[in-house]
Amino acid sequence: MPFKIVILWTDALIYLLVVVVLLLAWHVRRHEHLAAPWRKVARSPGGLAAAALLALFVVIGLADSVHYRPSVAVKDGKTVYAVEVLSLLDAIAAPLRARKEKTYSAPLATRLFAKETIELPGGGQARDYPRLKHGGAHLEQPEEQWASDIARRALWGAAAGVVLWLVLAILLCALLARRAGADVDEIWRAIWRGETEVPWRAVLVTLAVVLVAGMPLLALAAKYHVFGTDKVGQDVFYQSLKSIRTGLVIGTLTTLVMLPFALLLGVMAGYFKGWVDDAIQYLYTTLSSIPGVLLIAAAVLMMQVYIETHPELFDTVTARADLRLLFLCVILGITSWTGLARLLRGEALKLREMEYIQAAHAFGVSHWRILTRHILPNVMHIVLIAVVMDFSGLVLAEAVLSYVGVGVDPSTISFGTMINSARLEMARDPMVWWSLAAAFCFMLLMVLSANLFADAVRDAFDPRIRTARPFRLAAQKA
Amino acid sequence: MIAYIIRRLLYAIPILIGVNVITFTLFFVVNSPDDMARVHLGVKRVTPEAIRKWKEERGYDKALLYNGAAAGAQAFTDTIFYEKSVKLFAFEFGRSDQGRDIGYDIGNRMWASLAIALPVFLLGLAAYLTFALLMAFFRATYVDFWGVVACVMMMSISGLFYIIGGQYLVGKLLNLVPISGYDGGANALKFLVLPVIIGVVSGIGASTRWYRTIFLEEISKDYVRTARAKGLSELRVLFRHVLANAMIPILTGVVVVIPLLFMGSLVTEAFFGIPGLGSYTIDAINSQDFAVVRAMVFLGSVLYIVGLIVTDISYTWVDPRVRFE
Repeated sequence: MPFKIVILWTDALIYLLVVVVLLLAWHVRRHEHLAAPWRKVARSPGGLAAAALLALFVVIGLADSVHYRPSVAVKDGKTVYAVEVLSLLDAIAAPLRARKEKTYSAPLATRLFAKETIELPGGGQARDYPRLKHGGAHLEQPEEQWASDIARRALWGAAAGVVLWLVLAILLCALLARRAGADVDEIWRAIWRGETEVPWRAVLVTLAVVLVAGMPLLALAAKYHVFGTDKVGQDVFYQSLKSIRTGLVIGTLTTLVMLPFALLLGVMAGYFKGWVDDAIQYLYTTLSSIPGVLLIAAAVLMMQVYIETHPELFDTVTARADLRLLFLCVILGITSWTGLARLLRGEALKLREMEYIQAAHAFGVSHWRILTRHILPNVMHIVLIAVVMDFSGLVLAEAVLSYVGVGVDPSTISFGTMINSARLEMARDPMVWWSLAAAFCFMLLMVLSANLFADAVRDAFDPRIRTARPFRLAAQKA
Repeated sequence: MIAYIIRRLLYAIPILIGVNVITFTLFFVVNSPDDMARVHLGVKRVTPEAIRKWKEERGYDKALLYNGAAAGAQAFTDTIFYEKSVKLFAFEFGRSDQGRDIGYDIGNRMWASLAIALPVFLLGLAAYLTFALLMAFFRATYVDFWGVVACVMMMSISGLFYIIGGQYLVGKLLNLVPISGYDGGANALKFLVLPVIIGVVSGIGASTRWYRTIFLEEISKDYVRTARAKGLSELRVLFRHVLANAMIPILTGVVVVIPLLFMGSLVTEAFFGIPGLGSYTIDAINSQDFAVVRAMVFLGSVLYIVGLIVTDISYTWVDPRVRFE
C-alpha cells in the first residue's frame, strides 16, 4: 500500500457529524412541517449567500479531515510509513506545503525579506536581498518581468474563474429549467430579475465573487507565495487553508460534545421538577459561576501536565495535537452547555403544563416516551438556534485561547497560532504584516458568513419572529 | 430585604463548595502533585529527591484528603485539601509556586485592572446604549439597516485584531501614546487611553445589536403605542418609556460583570503590559503556576456570585413590582 489511512479522533467525530447531518437532512426532507422553516432560510438572500461561502469552507475542512501516512520505504517486505500524518488537502496543496523558503518573504515577492551576504558569481561577496528558492523562481530578470508576469497570471486566473462561473451558472439554470419544465433562457432571466422563489441570484453573485477573486489567487499560488512566508519560510496561504479545519472542528465538535448534556439535563430538569431540578440547577450554577476562561485555562493546564508526563500514549505528533484539540472541544463544551440547558429547562417547564402532555400522562405514556416523543421535538428549534449562534463565537474564542496559551497545540495550525506567532513580527521595522492580514481575511470571511447564516436560521425558526412577520408584510403592502 | 440578602448569601455557600471541589479535583486528583513537580522541574532527568523537595517547599507533600498518621482533627486539617482548598474560604490564598504571597499580589494588582476595566465598562455602556437608541429611533430606515450591517461586521472581527490594529494605528503610525507599559498616579493616563478606547470599540458590534433587539422588542408593545397616542414626542417615548422598561433585560447582563471588573481582561492586559490581575493570570498560565490559577478561579467564582446577588437587588431599583419575600 502506498499509504496508510489514519483516522484521528476528531476525524472520526467529524465523520459522525456528517452522517448525523445527512440523516437529519433526509428526515427533514420527508416531513413538510420540518422542511418549511428551512425553505424560509433558503428564501433569504443573505443567508443563502453565507451558506454558499460556508459550504466552501466546509469542503476545504472536510478535505483536510481525511488523513493518511505515506509510505517511505519497503523493508523486508514490510512497508514503512512516514511519521508525518498528511491529509487530502496536503496532497492537493502539496506544492504549497513543500516549497519552503528560508525565512520571511513578502506576498508575491521574489526576494527574501531580510538582507543576507551572498556570493557573487564573479567571486567576492555582497549584502543584498537573496532570490527566493521557489517564489518567482521561473523569472530570469525578476525586476523587469515581475509586474507583467503577475498581471498575466492574475488575468488568466480571472478569465478561468469567469469561464468556470459561466459553466456552473448554466448548469444550475439547466437543472432548474428541467425541474420547472421551462426554457433555460427563461430561467436565466428570471434569476437575474430576482423572480425565482429561492434567491439564486445571491448564490450566483457570491459564486462569481469567490471564483473571480479565488482563481487568480490559485493561479498565482502556483508560482508565488501569494500571502508571503512566515518566519520558518512556510507559505502563509497554506497555513490559512489549514486553519479552516481547526476553526470548523472547534465550532462544530464543541456543539456535538455539549448537546447530549444540555439536552438531557435541561429537559429533565424542566420536566421532572423537584429534586432532579434542584440537583441539575446546582450543577449548572456551580459550573457557570466559574469564569469560562479561567476554567478552560485550569483544565488545559492540567491536560498539558498529563500529556507531558504520559508521552508513551501518543505515537505521532499529530495524534497528540489532535487529542489536545479534541480535549479543548470537550472543555469548551463543558463550559458552554449551561446556557443552553437553562433555556431548555425553561421551555420544558412551560411544555409540561400543556394539554397534550397531560393527555399523554392520562393515557399512561411512560416518562421516557413523553420526553422523546413530545417534549424533545418541541424544543429542537431552540437547540438549532443555539447551535448556529454559538459557532462563530467558538471560532473567535479559539483565537483568543490560543493567544493566551491555553488553546490548541502549538504544532496545530490555527488562526490563533497564526496570530500568536505574528505578534512578535509587529515590532519589526518594516512590519511583517502578511500573516496577520491573511488570518484576518480568512477569519472574517468565516465568522461573518457564519453570523449571517445564523441570523437567517434564527429568523426562520424563532416562533416570536415568525408571528411578527405577517405584520411587517402587511405594513409594506399598505 | 436583609433577610433576602442573607438567604442568598447562604445559597452561595454550597455553590462555592462545589467550585472548590471542582478545582481541587482538577488540580490534585487528575494529576498528582508528583506530576506537577515533574513538569516544573523538567520531565526528563528528574530525581525522586528533587520531586520530594519541590513538594515539601510548597506544602504538596501531605495526604490529599485524610492524613492517617496525624491525630484527632489534625487527620483532616493536615491535608492538601484543607491547606490549599478549604483555606480559600477565608481568602487565604497562600503562596504561589514561585514562593510569592498571592493575597498580597492580588491586592496590589487589582487597581491597575480596575483602572482599565471600569472606564471601559462605563464608557462602553453609555456608547452602546446611545447607538442602540439611535438605531431604534431610526428603525426600518437605511440608518438602521447599515447600522446592523456594521454591527455584524464588527462582531465578526476577533478582539485580537482590534488590539493589534489599534496599537499599530495610534501607537506606531501616529505616535500619540506609548504602545504598552504602565505607570502609577496621573502618569497612568497616557497608558490607559488606548486600551480603554480599544476595549470600548471592540464591544460595539455585539452589544449594540443586543441592546437594539431589546429596545425594538419594547417598542412593539402596547404601552408605547399608548404613549404615542397621547401625543408624546418620539424622543420622550424612547427615553422615558422604552429605556426605563428595557432596564430589566439590560441590568441582567450588565450588573453581573461589575464585580468581575476587578479581574481585568486577560488579553488586553497582556498586550498592553498592564500589571493587573489579567496579566497576572496569563503569567501564571505560561509559567504553569498552579497555585495562582487556583486562587484566581476561586476569586472569579466569588465575584460572579456577588454579581448575581447584586443583579437581583438591582431589579428592585428599576422595577417597583419586584419584591423579595
